[in-house]
Amino acid sequence: MKLLGALLRRDLILAARQGGGVGTALGFFLTVLVLLPIGIGPDQITLQRLAPGILWITLLLSVLLSADRIFQQDFEDGSLEVMAMAPASLELVALTKAFAHWLSTSLPLSIAAPFLGVLLNLRTEIIWPLTLSMIQGSLALSLLASIGASLTLNLRRGGLLISILVLPLYVPVLVFGMSATTGNPEVIMPSLLILSAIALASLVLAPIAAAAALRAYLK
Amino acid sequence: MQITAENLSCERGGRTVFSNQNFSLGSGEFLQLTGPNGSGKSSLLRLLACLSEPSLGKITLANGAPELTLGQQAHYIAHSDASKSALSVNENLIFWRDFLGGGDLTRALDSVNLSPLADYPVALLSAGQKRRLALARLALVSRAIWLLDEPSVGLDEASQKLLVALMSEHFKAGGLIIAATHVPLGVKPHKNLHLGGQA
Repeated sequence: MKLLGALLRRDLILAARQGGGVGTALGFFLTVLVLLPIGIGPDQITLQRLAPGILWITLLLSVLLSADRIFQQDFEDGSLEVMAMAPASLELVALTKAFAHWLSTSLPLSIAAPFLGVLLNLRTEIIWPLTLSMIQGSLALSLLASIGASLTLNLRRGGLLISILVLPLYVPVLVFGMSATTGNPEVIMPSLLILSAIALASLVLAPIAAAAALRAYLK
Repeated sequence: MQITAENLSCERGGRTVFSNQNFSLGSGEFLQLTGPNGSGKSSLLRLLACLSEPSLGKITLANGAPELTLGQQAHYIAHSDASKSALSVNENLIFWRDFLGGGDLTRALDSVNLSPLADYPVALLSAGQKRRLALARLALVSRAIWLLDEPSVGLDEASQKLLVALMSEHFKAGGLIIAATHVPLGVKPHKNLHLGGQA
């Protein structure tokens, strides 16, 4: 446990120091949110209707933007080989690194996103359901992104391929994330529960898939 | 502790890199791997580190820790230094100490003469200094088996002496070293395995 704590701390420090973590992702998020109303036009009712969907899709893309950082640098500088020889299983290493990505990028974004939704005239009563659904959904997003990141380990600039591999897996998160923001109280709770289920399933399955890919690359 | 390799073959990308290699190595012994480029020295070290699997043959470890694999009881110093340039020398070593299971930070820094640079970011180190940082892992975390892939590359004369001192100390403590090298490391090997000579 101490060993995984050390890894988590290191990854968080690296994300903070190297940039490209939450700063870049938040910048991307803001840019999209500022440009979209200009592109769509100033009709407040249209914007209000589109707001939750735009926020969710921008969150998906921002998470993917930084996904290749999860494993690639450690693979290139040989750290991953040393980690594979540690007394911890590679599955736990993959889980910890995906978790660090969530803490450093996806979680801050999903907390900030609903409030940035003000730029899109987001209805105030769905700010809380949106925040809750994004916090849970983003955990699944980071974990699923780690699968894509591990599969494209030796490709430089593998970001685009990660998107193609992972976006289909993001569809359920998007569907139930959106249904949590319909404003209908009967739908909100079940949607949030299904999102938790998706996040928990990813928590178990994604590290297994990612570790299998990492092992194949290390051979 | 005894490592035995029987009838070991390695295949990479459909090409047989080496085949039918046998050796055994006991506590306090040094096996030097030699051979031309591409003869499979690094591949053999990776097999021993349990990072890849032999296509034929097997590697057995006698009298080791039964619940750990050979790789988990070994240090593998590859060509890459496994250090992060955004962290300082100290931070890199603290991470590996906590991740690999504890050790004496000051002793490790002293053993490779990096103490004056402890708070320096790794991005500013020279190639030889980065190499020494990688070698500091050997002194930092105690593991019985050392797998070294051309450990002296980039080291100046004084640093090579530090490496010799590290290795001699490890033999005294009953450790095993398997090192691939093109130049003599300054420590007399107990055994030599020459790879290559086949198409």
